[in-house]
Amino acid sequence: MSPEKIVLRFSSENSDKPIIYHLAKDYDLIINIVKATINPHKEGTMVLELTGEKYNEGIEFLRQQGIKVDSLCQEIIRNEDKCTHCGACTVHCPTDALHMKRPEMEIVFNRAECIICQVCVGICPVKAMEVRI
Amino acid sequence: MSIEKTYKQINEKIKAGKAVVLTAEEVIGRVMEKGLSQTAKEVDVVTTGTFGPMCSSGAFLNFGHTTPRMKMGKVWLNDVPAYAGIAAVDAYIGATELKETDPRNNNHPGDFSYGGGHVIEDLVAGRPVKLRAESYGTDCYPRREAEADLRLEDINEAILFNPRNCYQNYNCAVNTGDKTIYTYMGTLKARLGNGHYSTSGQLSPLLKDPYFRTIGIGTRIFLGGGIGYVAWYGTQHFPGFISYEDGQGKTGAGGTLSLIGDLKQMDAKWLTGASFQGYGSTLNVGVGIPIPILNEEILAYAAKPDKDLYAPIVDYSSSYPNNEAGRLGLVSYADLKTGLIKVNGKEVPVAPLSSYSRAKEIAHILKDWILKGDFLLTEPVDLLPGPDQGLKGKALKTKDQE
Repeated sequence: MSPEKIVLRFSSENSDKPIIYHLAKDYDLIINIVKATINPHKEGTMVLELTGEKYNEGIEFLRQQGIKVDSLCQEIIRNEDKCTHCGACTVHCPTDALHMKRPEMEIVFNRAECIICQVCVGICPVKAMEVRI
Repeated sequence: MSIEKTYKQINEKIKAGKAVVLTAEEVIGRVMEKGLSQTAKEVDVVTTGTFGPMCSSGAFLNFGHTTPRMKMGKVWLNDVPAYAGIAAVDAYIGATELKETDPRNNNHPGDFSYGGGHVIEDLVAGRPVKLRAESYGTDCYPRREAEADLRLEDINEAILFNPRNCYQNYNCAVNTGDKTIYTYMGTLKARLGNGHYSTSGQLSPLLKDPYFRTIGIGTRIFLGGGIGYVAWYGTQHFPGFISYEDGQGKTGAGGTLSLIGDLKQMDAKWLTGASFQGYGSTLNVGVGIPIPILNEEILAYAAKPDKDLYAPIVDYSSSYPNNEAGRLGLVSYADLKTGLIKVNGKEVPVAPLSSYSRAKEIAHILKDWILKGDFLLTEPVDLLPGPDQGLKGKALKTKDQE
């Protein structure tokens, strides 16, 4: 069974819970943490590879904890023609994949850091951030 | 004896290809290096720029007459209603108008993915736009319905007319509440999670002429990539100052401009539709205004750097929506540009909604136009009310508050 790649999004209410412990202990899942970040407002994002027979139960457990679970079969691209380099996205990107280059005040998109949380897709006023499946 | 120049003298130099033109960013270094007096002698024009969401924008369109003729009392462009309560086949498409079928905030926060601002962008980009019109019939205008696919080049006139643009200064918006809020100042996370501001600071036109000494009625400007003019003062034009450092320093605030220009000359790079999650749709407008350096005093304001220009920090969770006075402090544009400020003792990440890099590009384009001799400066037909006139906003008294 090949591992499923997923993104977990934690709110400040649930980011301090020992979620990974429960996934391993209660659901017997094999977990590979690809990336994990937590911002100063205690909102967290985690990219996981999960394998195990109780995969579906594990996902159900995560959702019951109020954690948003998305599959990672997509990628985010920036439409360079549309981006106006305003900066609106930069304070919402959880990993700083989108950040302001100073002093030029131009927006850099570092795809390697992107965890496909898609927050930027809704934030961008000119819809320059697009989801590719 | 300090220097005094006239518009005529500056225009003669522009025509002769001898004018010295710097952007509002470049002039800061020049003044630091050479001082005000010397720079005022050497520099003729300072160019400013701004590119950001300006909701009070729209365009008057004349579609040309149908056969048989039609009054066009109701008009839609790509299903977005345009105001047609004017003469036959004229309409005004406003930047914030939405399709009647747009779900708005029914599924909060709404996307507002297509509105009047996007119609304007489509027109300027040369894309076809679907016109639908309805009317009652008259003896002179018998037709009652019409549909057409039109392009900007097909219609008679298209006049961008923006009643309130170029806000002189603007709030840095934050949210002290417990939940994320969706505003025209972007998405603001709870408990001071982030802040947004929307001025190009040291490049911003009206921050660089706070007494309205040069920017007035008839001032020729860069508008949406073409040439436009200052038509009038904008709506809610209440110019004044924000004082800081115990009144030692002050930054202009409250002024606005009403702008006009030929949409057919413009470029979709500088007029783009925009959508603010949970709030609505609007139009990003690019504006560049030249400031003639008539004397040292005008230069002194035009050369103010980000560190001497301040914005108020305002809480959009309560004081703004409830129309209450009060702010959480002041912050300089230099501090805002670092991306991190302090509010109520807490570090808050901040980002602009207006594009500084695009503003800078506009200031450079305008500079090039002037250097090439293509763009002459206009002396205002009349000056606009300045801060000394003490204009103040009136609040609307509603019946339930009588």
